[in-house]
Amino acid sequence: MAVGLAHFLVVSALLFCLGLYGVLTRRNAVAILMGIELMLNAANINLVAFNKYVAPAALNGQVFTLVVITLAACEVGVGLALVMAAYRNLETVQVDRINMLKW
Amino acid sequence: MGTLAAFLILSAVTLIPAVVVVTSKNIVRSALALVPTFLGITGLYILLQAEFVAGIQVLIYAGAITVLILFVIMLTEGGTGIRIRQVNEQVAVGVLASATLAALLIWVFLRTPWPRGPGALPEHTADQIGKTLLSSMVLVFEVTSLVLLISLIGAIIIARRER
Repeated sequence: MAVGLAHFLVVSALLFCLGLYGVLTRRNAVAILMGIELMLNAANINLVAFNKYVAPAALNGQVFTLVVITLAACEVGVGLALVMAAYRNLETVQVDRINMLKW
Repeated sequence: MGTLAAFLILSAVTLIPAVVVVTSKNIVRSALALVPTFLGITGLYILLQAEFVAGIQVLIYAGAITVLILFVIMLTEGGTGIRIRQVNEQVAVGVLASATLAALLIWVFLRTPWPRGPGALPEHTADQIGKTLLSSMVLVFEVTSLVLLISLIGAIIIARRER
């Protein structure tokens, strides 16, 4: 049995759902960011796999993956800056205790 | 056969540490388990003949993002956070939602007849990616660099200590 497109899609679906579980159940904001990273990586696997198997003549999928990786780096930078700001003001990073709109 | 074995090993290397990432009580351990996950994904990229993307994955994800996350964990929790409850009350709902979504996605993926495109990937993708980025994708490239600059400024302003 050769490795086909469906194999990679199944792996990325499992990775995406693990990330989703992390986002839904974690209390720590940094752990939620880790779950988001897993979900972005699952999407990237999909893009590269579709590029290889469905449209191999153009490299648009890989270019798009590079864009997603860049934006993930931006997202993690801004997200962690927000976590630091919240920790400085509220002295917690547990998102269910960050529940006020003003201080 | 060798490709299938490599795929199965790389999938295990990707998914087993991902389970540790989302379930570990020790937040430092889950941050460190991100590294084998990202390296397994790198292996999947190499299996898909995307060697340039694989290199970028190692540099940015396994290198930069993991270290950044570890830094913030050390600066905020003051350690591993092992004495603090790490999960909220939604564990059952989360398991249910994730499992349902996974089953649905896998069912759809396995019964869809995916088309096979003509042609083949070029021998070395790095130079083709460079040419694509600076010819037909140049607008995407420029907007991405703008977003990078804005998020850099935004991160500095947000994280700066107010007085």
